[in-house]
Amino acid sequence: MGLFILRRLFQGFLVVLGVTLVVFVATRMVGDPAQVMLPLSATAEQRAAFEHKFGLDRPMAEQFVDFIGDLATFDFGESMWQRRPAMDVIAGRLPNTLKLIAAGLGLAIVLALPLGALAAIRPGGFADRITVFLGLFGLSLPQFWLGLLLIMVFAVTFKVLPTSGYGGWTHFILPAVTLALPAAARLMMLVRSSVIDELNQQYVRTARAKGLRFPQVLFGHALRNALVPFITLAGWEFISALAGYTVVVETVFAWPGLGLTAMQAIKFSDLFLLQAIVFTVAIGIVLVNIVLDVIYKLIDPRIKLA
Amino acid sequence: MDAISEMPLLEVERLQVEFDTRAGIVHGLRGVDLSIRRGETLALVGESGSGKSVTAQAVMGLIDVPGRIAGGDIRWKGQSLLKGDGPRRAKDIRGKEVALIFQDPMTSLNPLITIGAQIGEVLQRHLGMTKAQARIRVLELLEAVGIPAPPRRAAQYPHELSGGMRQRVMIAMAIACEPQLLIADEPTTALDVTIQAQVLELIAGLQETLKLSVILITHDLGVVAGLCQRVAVMYAGRIVETGLADDLFERPSHPYTQGLIRSTPRLDDRLERLVSIEGAPPSLLAPPRGCAFEPRCPIAEARCGTEPPLAIVHAGASAACWKPSQPAWRDVPASAEPAPVS
Ligand SMILES: Nc1ncnc2c1ncn2[C@@H]1O[C@H](COP(=O)(O)OP(=O)(O)OP(=O)(O)O)[C@@H](O)[C@H]1O
Ligand SMILES: [Mg+2]
Repeated sequence: MGLFILRRLFQGFLVVLGVTLVVFVATRMVGDPAQVMLPLSATAEQRAAFEHKFGLDRPMAEQFVDFIGDLATFDFGESMWQRRPAMDVIAGRLPNTLKLIAAGLGLAIVLALPLGALAAIRPGGFADRITVFLGLFGLSLPQFWLGLLLIMVFAVTFKVLPTSGYGGWTHFILPAVTLALPAAARLMMLVRSSVIDELNQQYVRTARAKGLRFPQVLFGHALRNALVPFITLAGWEFISALAGYTVVVETVFAWPGLGLTAMQAIKFSDLFLLQAIVFTVAIGIVLVNIVLDVIYKLIDPRIKLA
Repeated sequence: MDAISEMPLLEVERLQVEFDTRAGIVHGLRGVDLSIRRGETLALVGESGSGKSVTAQAVMGLIDVPGRIAGGDIRWKGQSLLKGDGPRRAKDIRGKEVALIFQDPMTSLNPLITIGAQIGEVLQRHLGMTKAQARIRVLELLEAVGIPAPPRRAAQYPHELSGGMRQRVMIAMAIACEPQLLIADEPTTALDVTIQAQVLELIAGLQETLKLSVILITHDLGVVAGLCQRVAVMYAGRIVETGLADDLFERPSHPYTQGLIRSTPRLDDRLERLVSIEGAPPSLLAPPRGCAFEPRCPIAEARCGTEPPLAIVHAGASAACWKPSQPAWRDVPASAEPAPVS
């Protein structure tokens, strides 16, 4: 197990390096930071000074060598927009995003598992039809629209929750729900179909023939087997949230997390900050994948870690 | 024999099971009559699709959507499992007093749970044992079904065991609560020939030590001859003949039984002549009104267009046929016992 994790960490390291390289090249080709960061009235000298300060006037290859050297010490240079080390900016914002994902994905899982299992008990039955209808509804909800709708209803009309920003636990509710609902719909539909599958397996017949009570058959046997595909999708949801959904949700709710920061970094052509964010997300993805593999192994003894 | 042991343990009466399918209603069981006494071994034989497994599943309460029990009754020690509070009582009987072993040990165990825990589950459910108590009893059970090194095996998962070992685990699970009736649905078809004999021996041994009644579902008549006292022959969702094993092989009454015996290879048969019964069983979507075997029967006549009842032919033997005990095939006399499986 330990060896497996080490090997996966090394593979992950290579992946992160590759991703960082791509971002390094892409960011320098897409926008001209001097143009964006400096006022329109800036003189050519001011511009040159700016580029010199951040090393943008040097050849690309030289910049890259420097960049790799700094990577080793987690030094991503200074955020041009915030005027402080990019990693400091991230260290301040990443926890907010992780908390949001934990709340959102936690809620999604808590909704999806029982609802999906309930629907699977009698496919085509009353409970199933209702959950499938809600699921399809949830699948077709655009996230930003859902966010705005929730703000309108709960913050503007009824004034029971804050519209946006970061503060006490009440600030968590709307963004977490916005993040959770579409994910809950996807997870629920998966739980439903895989539990239906499992309930038709021969080992479930055995469990029933043993005289086990239905909840034990459902939760102790069928759902347990359905967890393997579920974990895959849940991991994918985590990654998608980290790399995408939170950008939308944090922007709608002005949530000071990594997603919102990424939007701002793009807006201000803050190259160093953007690189640091992509690097962080890539590491996150690699770590989540390793954790997933370990969870698989814990659930399914047939899986050999290689 | 005293009155108690004479009373049937399990009685199945006019049992009907239907399945709703896209093509229509499949009449899986069309009035099955069956009974078994304490300590008795009964073989349930018949072609594929004749309803052997469905009968076993109905007894175990495993028929569910798209299937349903459409009529008849199942009685355990004289009390209905289908009517009144029967279904509630049945939950405590199934797995405890009646147990089922399935055909395919490869898929019948949960791949994610240790075999020890899977056996222990039954003990916790029916005997109210704690996990720790169950663990000790599981080791005894594994020992009893001939699994070497029980403590090590109990901690293993199904994929770490061979097919024969898994079937032994299934048997351990089935006898965990010392049931009175064991139903084995083709327990050896999925296994190697050498393992088959071992598993059958194990079942026969347990039958003796635990005073079990056994219903052995099989289409291997050779197995029947060596192992079972009584035989019930199924055809198209009905029992068409029942009798004492020795007697039934000696003088089968129903033409279908005669055909079955005729199509079973025998030791003294050098030519390896395997003559199957011509034609196919009727579609259970639209079963015939009369005798279901009529279209394939060489001695059918006009009255076979109405359903013959399962009636006594001679002492201990019944058949659902208007012309029982008449040789239906000329080339093979309706006698000769099939070779026991080795
Ligand atoms: N779930 C189901 N849906 C539809 N029809 C079914 C279902 N289960 C069983 N049947 C039908 O019921 C009939 C009896 O099937 P059963 O499995 O009892 O046969 P069997 O005698 O056990 O055959 P085999 O020797 O192949 O195991 C068959 O015609 C089968 O098509
Ligand atoms: Mg069968």
